[in-house]
Amino acid sequence: MTRQRISRGQAAAQTAGPAESGAPAAVPAGTDPFAYAPAPESRATARLRPSYQVFVDGRFRDGRGESIKSINPADEEPLAEVSEAGPADVEDAIAAARRAFEGPWSAMPAAQRGKYLFRIARYIQERARELAVLETLDNGKPIKESRDFDIPAAAAHFFYYAGWADKLGYAGLGPDPRPLGVAGQVIPWNFPLLMAAWKIAPALATGNTVVLKPAETTPLTALVLAEIMADADLPPGVVNILPGGPSIGEALVSHRGIDKIAFTGSTEVGKLIQRGAAGTSKRLTLELGGKAANIVFDDAPLDQAVEGIVTGIFFNQGQVCCAGSRLLVQESIADEVVSALQRRLTTLRLGDPLDKNTDVGAINSAAQLAKIRQLTESGETEGATRWSPPCRIPRRGYWFAPTIFTGVSQAHRIAREEIFGPVLSVLTFRTPAEAVEKANNTAYGLSAGIWTEKGSRILSVAAQLRAGVVWANTFNRFDPAAPFGGYKESGYGREGGRHGLEAYVDV
Amino acid sequence: MTDVLTVPSARPQSQQSPPSPQNSPGETRIGTPPWSAADAARDNASLRRFLHGLPGVDQAGAESRAAGLATRSIKTTAKAWAITTSISMIDLTSLEGADTPARVRSLCARAMRPDLSRPDTPMVAAVCVYPDLVATAVDALRGSPVGVASVATAFPSGRASLATKLADVRDAVAAGANEIDMVIDRGAFLAGRYTEVFNEILAVKTECSPAHLKVILETGELGTLDHVRRASWLALLAGGDFIKTSTGKISPAATPPVALVMLQAAKNFAEMTGQARGVKLAGGIRTTKEAVRYLVMVNEVAGSTWLTPDLFRFGASSLLNDLLLQWHKLKTGAYDGPDYVAVD
Amino acid sequence: MSEASVSARVPKAPPVELGDGTARDLTTRTGTARLGVRKTYKLYVGGAFPRSESGRSYPVRAADGSLLAYAAQASRKDLRDAVVAARAAVRAWSGTSPYNRGQVLYRIAEMLEGRREQFVTEVGAAENVTADSAAAQVDAAIDRWVYYAGWTDKFAQVTGASNPVSGPYVSFSSPEPTGVVGLFAPQESSLLGLVSVLAPVLTTGNTAVLIASQDRPLSAVSLAEALATADLPAGTVNILTGSTAELAPWAAAHRDINALDLTGVAAQSRPALQRAGAGNLKRVYAPRDTDWLADPRTGRLSAFVEIKTVWHSKENEIT
Repeated sequence: MTRQRISRGQAAAQTAGPAESGAPAAVPAGTDPFAYAPAPESRATARLRPSYQVFVDGRFRDGRGESIKSINPADEEPLAEVSEAGPADVEDAIAAARRAFEGPWSAMPAAQRGKYLFRIARYIQERARELAVLETLDNGKPIKESRDFDIPAAAAHFFYYAGWADKLGYAGLGPDPRPLGVAGQVIPWNFPLLMAAWKIAPALATGNTVVLKPAETTPLTALVLAEIMADADLPPGVVNILPGGPSIGEALVSHRGIDKIAFTGSTEVGKLIQRGAAGTSKRLTLELGGKAANIVFDDAPLDQAVEGIVTGIFFNQGQVCCAGSRLLVQESIADEVVSALQRRLTTLRLGDPLDKNTDVGAINSAAQLAKIRQLTESGETEGATRWSPPCRIPRRGYWFAPTIFTGVSQAHRIAREEIFGPVLSVLTFRTPAEAVEKANNTAYGLSAGIWTEKGSRILSVAAQLRAGVVWANTFNRFDPAAPFGGYKESGYGREGGRHGLEAYVDV
Repeated sequence: MTDVLTVPSARPQSQQSPPSPQNSPGETRIGTPPWSAADAARDNASLRRFLHGLPGVDQAGAESRAAGLATRSIKTTAKAWAITTSISMIDLTSLEGADTPARVRSLCARAMRPDLSRPDTPMVAAVCVYPDLVATAVDALRGSPVGVASVATAFPSGRASLATKLADVRDAVAAGANEIDMVIDRGAFLAGRYTEVFNEILAVKTECSPAHLKVILETGELGTLDHVRRASWLALLAGGDFIKTSTGKISPAATPPVALVMLQAAKNFAEMTGQARGVKLAGGIRTTKEAVRYLVMVNEVAGSTWLTPDLFRFGASSLLNDLLLQWHKLKTGAYDGPDYVAVD
Repeated sequence: MSEASVSARVPKAPPVELGDGTARDLTTRTGTARLGVRKTYKLYVGGAFPRSESGRSYPVRAADGSLLAYAAQASRKDLRDAVVAARAAVRAWSGTSPYNRGQVLYRIAEMLEGRREQFVTEVGAAENVTADSAAAQVDAAIDRWVYYAGWTDKFAQVTGASNPVSGPYVSFSSPEPTGVVGLFAPQESSLLGLVSVLAPVLTTGNTAVLIASQDRPLSAVSLAEALATADLPAGTVNILTGSTAELAPWAAAHRDINALDLTGVAAQSRPALQRAGAGNLKRVYAPRDTDWLADPRTGRLSAFVEIKTVWHSKENEIT
């Protein structure tokens, strides 16, 4: 006799009485039975101080510029006061860096330089959680990203370059590569600590000294890094950190006392810097904007391609130079991919960056938000179709819902200009040649993605793409051992890997 | 080889109705599966082309997505819900050579009342035993809604004649099982004899109706996620009510990337046909943490429609105790120890 | 018995020289010297510290003939077990990412630094050198370990290549670990030389069966203790103490050892071992005398890797 199967609902009716019975009811349509409760990371972990100062010649002191408030973009509340650098601080810092370069840093055996970098890497690991929470507060990115990507990657970058310090003769740069001297470095707000690591680690490993200006809206983790360097007993003047605005950055890169400029930021400013450096003997590397094509072929592993598209444009709220901001999808599967993408976007959680379940955090500043809005509006006026999943946008703070545009052509502004926000433009293609042509049809050339199960296609398309980083069946993968940098107006020079040493030595 | 094949019969009424669309601006194509039984029987080559034509699975990408889902932090009310729901989704399992009627009776007692100190703890979904102990389980569970699932078809290896396997099923059903967990012929699958696998599932489904059928893929023997995807589709096309990862007798058993692929397959199948079929993860799931992670995966990959014992199960034994321990911790705030939950 | 009569029977210990010009009187309150707990030096196999299966041990003496300790005298069966352990560890260690291998090696350096004083004492006693000289060697050994920790995620970029081949193909070459390496540590340089032969083998992803210096084995066992506390997976390194002459032929002929480093074997004994090693075409590294303080260069890194060259076709537009 077949046992009659009693439905769950009937069972609940039979055995349960009051609503607090543990038996779960059948799932009514339209409800969210598994609502994730708030899971906030503790803000106190950041050990936020009321004020932060410039770091010059091994000491913290008040800068001679303005005192500004660094605010939390998630709620527009001030986090701390930051004493910014003035032009006189730039002078002092460069002088201190020069003294350190000509004195203890040059005299030091290379292996010892490396050991300082190992110490710094270790201290970043020890203070990882504090740095992650601070980064999230200052930048607006989800704690999940600062904790799982930014901070570990920063530590790894120091570890990697620590090991090169006493092995430079094997790097393919000649038997005894010499450092350049004092490096002036200006970094952006999208990965504040990581960008500081990308700049400082190779410079120090090769024997240079550094004056670094973090972005004006995100100075805090760079200043804690300065503290870590002091704790590591790094000789004074080897690294100097000057929080400040564009004018300080300009004073730094145009100063005659530096031998090398390293800049990550917008293409517009990169061009200004190149003009300014003309006629000087300063070495220059630039890591600028992008408008990367993420190319999905009809034989792509579809579920993972959808993940790759999402990571490509919504990681860090799309505020990434190498973001996959153009989806080039083969026409035969375009509808299917867009449907799957839209469905996937409904599971993205936008909200408090300190909540461990948040996927999409805040935009870094009011200015950036205004730019994103302006370009997105152009998308609509130029005739593309706009779609966003339903999102609960917090009242305060700078927020932009993930957005997809379909019906986009190469001529649209949203296909040509870098939005630097969570906005994806979808275009189609029919053949690999057409995909390559569209992907390359841009002044930028930082990165690209290829999705196909066919190896010969990956290698062929990768060879034809004019982009410095090509990801196949993945996206947004970074490793200190892998060189990163652009073609064309996305900049020149490479960071990471053996090649990342070249920018800092006299070849 | 059977030569008379019927189209899969209508599913028992206890099965879930078509899924409600979830914010789905794309189309949900409703229609019949692309393969009828007759087609499958006739043409292994075509069935193979269909299965091999399914999109590939990039392993690194699948592992990365699974790892990303595992970072969800489920606390307080959400955790409480997840624990009680997990309990209600368990097929409480004992599949040992040394099983006796007393052991099975003890298992059934726990199935109905997992935690005597908290009588409102939900019952598990079912118990899972060998066919010759089904009668004991039916007797012990009389009057309760807990189901009796029986493994069958020469579990766990599946290496026996079809006639033997069907007799195994018949015995279990006759003894009162209302769920059958069959194993596929992995040898036939890996050798590309898909029609043979399809027909076996069909035959078992016919034999066990109206009991519902779970099809064990034994993913640990399939070798790649592409195979897992194909085997999932094959089992769903042949009429399986549930696709199940493992027998629990080999390692690896259920893993996050495998679960991801199977949930995606069930979801895609539902989109294509309008029929929601279930997924059961079995083998190696011992902790609340793992169970909660899998519920997150169900929620975000298949959708909340699947968050019911009618469409999702854990095949487990020691998991129940860990869920109870975690429940105690949630309620009392103190960590508990194994002395405080009953053994069988 | 009264306290006074006890102290009269047990002689007072002389003050202990500490090597920095000072001496300390270790006499206790009751007037007797504190008896130290002397260390037993065992083998390190499969992450554990067993005695030799043969039960044998042998005395290790300082330059002046005084007894330092007994060390286990490994047998061919211990060697066999060590190779089994090393083989079992190959997959995990070579499969660890280069970054993580570097992290483990760096952690070992941290453990070595923590045991610096112990090593200084051991090296000083074993090699009959001044405390300063011993300290310099120990510092160099720790720095050497840090040096090799930094190679793990760079070596492939220095030895690997993208090959500029003709035709619609992509070709690249990368170094892969050879597997299980049998090493003979230098007979004289008990720590710095030991570290210099062992670390590069680990850097490149290999596992090791190391036969320590016969007369100066104690630092090797202390090193093993540092390895055991530093997240190094069990079996990655196995250290045997005992008679080099007894163990060498067995290692040379063992067909599950992929490569040999004959540094610690005397020149006249090497040919026989190289002939035995030809049985499974072992890669044999047999360097001349080395100045352990000099730049190690890359020979020891490339000696224990295989270069894998991969080709892949490239699609072209249909013309």
